[in-house]
Amino acid sequence: MSEVDILVLGAGPAGMAAATEARARGFSVLVLDENARPGGQVHRAVEARTVKDGQDRDGAKLAAAFRASGADYRPDATLWAVEPGGKVFWSEGGAARSISAKRLILCAGATERPVPIPGWTLPGVMTVGAAQIALKTAGMVPEGKAWIAGQGPLLWLYANQVVARGGTVQGVIDLSPPGGLARAAWHLPNALRAPEYLVKGLAWQQRIRNAGIPIRRATRLVAEGDGRLERIVIDGWSRPADLLLLHDGVVPNTQVTRAIPGCAHEWDAGQRCWRPTLDEWGNTTVEGVLVAGDSGGIGGAKVAALAGRLAAMEAARALGRLTVDQRNAEAGRTRLEWKRQRAPRRFLDALFPPLPEAAIEDSTIICRCEEVTAGRLRGAVALGCLGANQTKAFTRAGMGPCQGRICGPAVHGVIAAARGVDPAGVDPFRTRFPTKPLTLGELAALAS
Amino acid sequence: MFRRTEPTDCTISWEGRDIPARAGESLAVTLLAAGVTAFRQTPVTGTERGPLCLMGACFDCLVELDGQQNVQACLAPVRPGMVAAMQRGARHFHQSEDAA
Repeated sequence: MSEVDILVLGAGPAGMAAATEARARGFSVLVLDENARPGGQVHRAVEARTVKDGQDRDGAKLAAAFRASGADYRPDATLWAVEPGGKVFWSEGGAARSISAKRLILCAGATERPVPIPGWTLPGVMTVGAAQIALKTAGMVPEGKAWIAGQGPLLWLYANQVVARGGTVQGVIDLSPPGGLARAAWHLPNALRAPEYLVKGLAWQQRIRNAGIPIRRATRLVAEGDGRLERIVIDGWSRPADLLLLHDGVVPNTQVTRAIPGCAHEWDAGQRCWRPTLDEWGNTTVEGVLVAGDSGGIGGAKVAALAGRLAAMEAARALGRLTVDQRNAEAGRTRLEWKRQRAPRRFLDALFPPLPEAAIEDSTIICRCEEVTAGRLRGAVALGCLGANQTKAFTRAGMGPCQGRICGPAVHGVIAAARGVDPAGVDPFRTRFPTKPLTLGELAALAS
Repeated sequence: MFRRTEPTDCTISWEGRDIPARAGESLAVTLLAAGVTAFRQTPVTGTERGPLCLMGACFDCLVELDGQQNVQACLAPVRPGMVAAMQRGARHFHQSEDAA
């Protein structure tokens, strides 16, 4: 196979929905996903787990429809390049492959925003999302000297899932600045168009209290230990710890879109992150390249699945299967539900603003791969660096194997704060293909 | 740290010792369940690191797996009997490869 109608990157809610919709309209569809099974992060291992809640039900339904769709699904496949004109390269089973696609629907999801506190590189410090993956895929729950810290909806959801599975933590350390509700109140009427989000959120916090897990507000958290995590210090109060789970919300994964020439991105001041510039169908500024789901702006799983469907309908229009009027008519109900599900987002963004980068201490490592501290980044700014691509050359921040995936938002925020300018005016890391490390052995397979 | 709520069904080898595992789960999860947190030593300063994200983004869970270096343990499904060890520093040639 050297050509396909539609190539979908990612088999999370957006990718599964996009592929299913595209197949239903008669297109050949190739789906590349880095994981072993469909679901993405939110519905990870959903086919193997017993359905426990509405989110699992949504995921199981999406996965079943996707499996039955007839899409050519490639798990354990890592995309690493997109050429102009739609030629895509990926690695699968230790060999590089390529194909030309008439339309690309990129559904790369989100990554967790980094939480650079002193000591966050110690073994034993992980993200809440990581622990949730361990829970979903292997039924692992924290116990003993385990703590959760940070802020954001996922933190509360995970704590609930832990309690439901019989695990426990010593405490939840809420690092969000006080006054969240007052800040968010302005957006409440709009949020009530989809009240289920708020009802769920309030129930989560109550269940943690009912389980007897202390919730403590703090402003400064430090992880300490000799070679691995041994204790945490909460506003000067030292407690034993062997597991610390950090969270500060999620940001769009734009690693691939930023590497595509001409694909414009914009700063989302509400969510404090970069996202690709999209129209309401998911078209980027590059002909033939669409984005759906959280990689186009954080909206959650339901919004992602709806956006995947809309992007597939738009691809059907672009490839001549639907007229504009047909597309609009068929998308009607999906579009309305997409708008409703997005309604609470401004409220949630205001309730859970990310932790301020200006507060990060100079000695704290920001770029974990190259072990670059906030102080060194600020030193580079003092020497005249204006953006993340210049601090790369001065400090190597963002040049390790993760290619800036983890530190990107923090590097960008630290520079903006050090310069005292609006983050929108500070360049984020430029990414380049290959967007994932690639061995020469894998690459050589292209020649055969 | 972590406790399993589901049974294991095989073993793997980590740094020469047997560790209980469940086939198909990620190697990173197997190691964490056994209390292993140090997966690699960084090429920059040699300090020990363990997984941060478990979703393929952070590259802090790099290990040597069945002789192959710089493998992301969070993306490597467990097969019974697989042999894994810490990734020490940057990818390097082994003695035998040097001789060959």
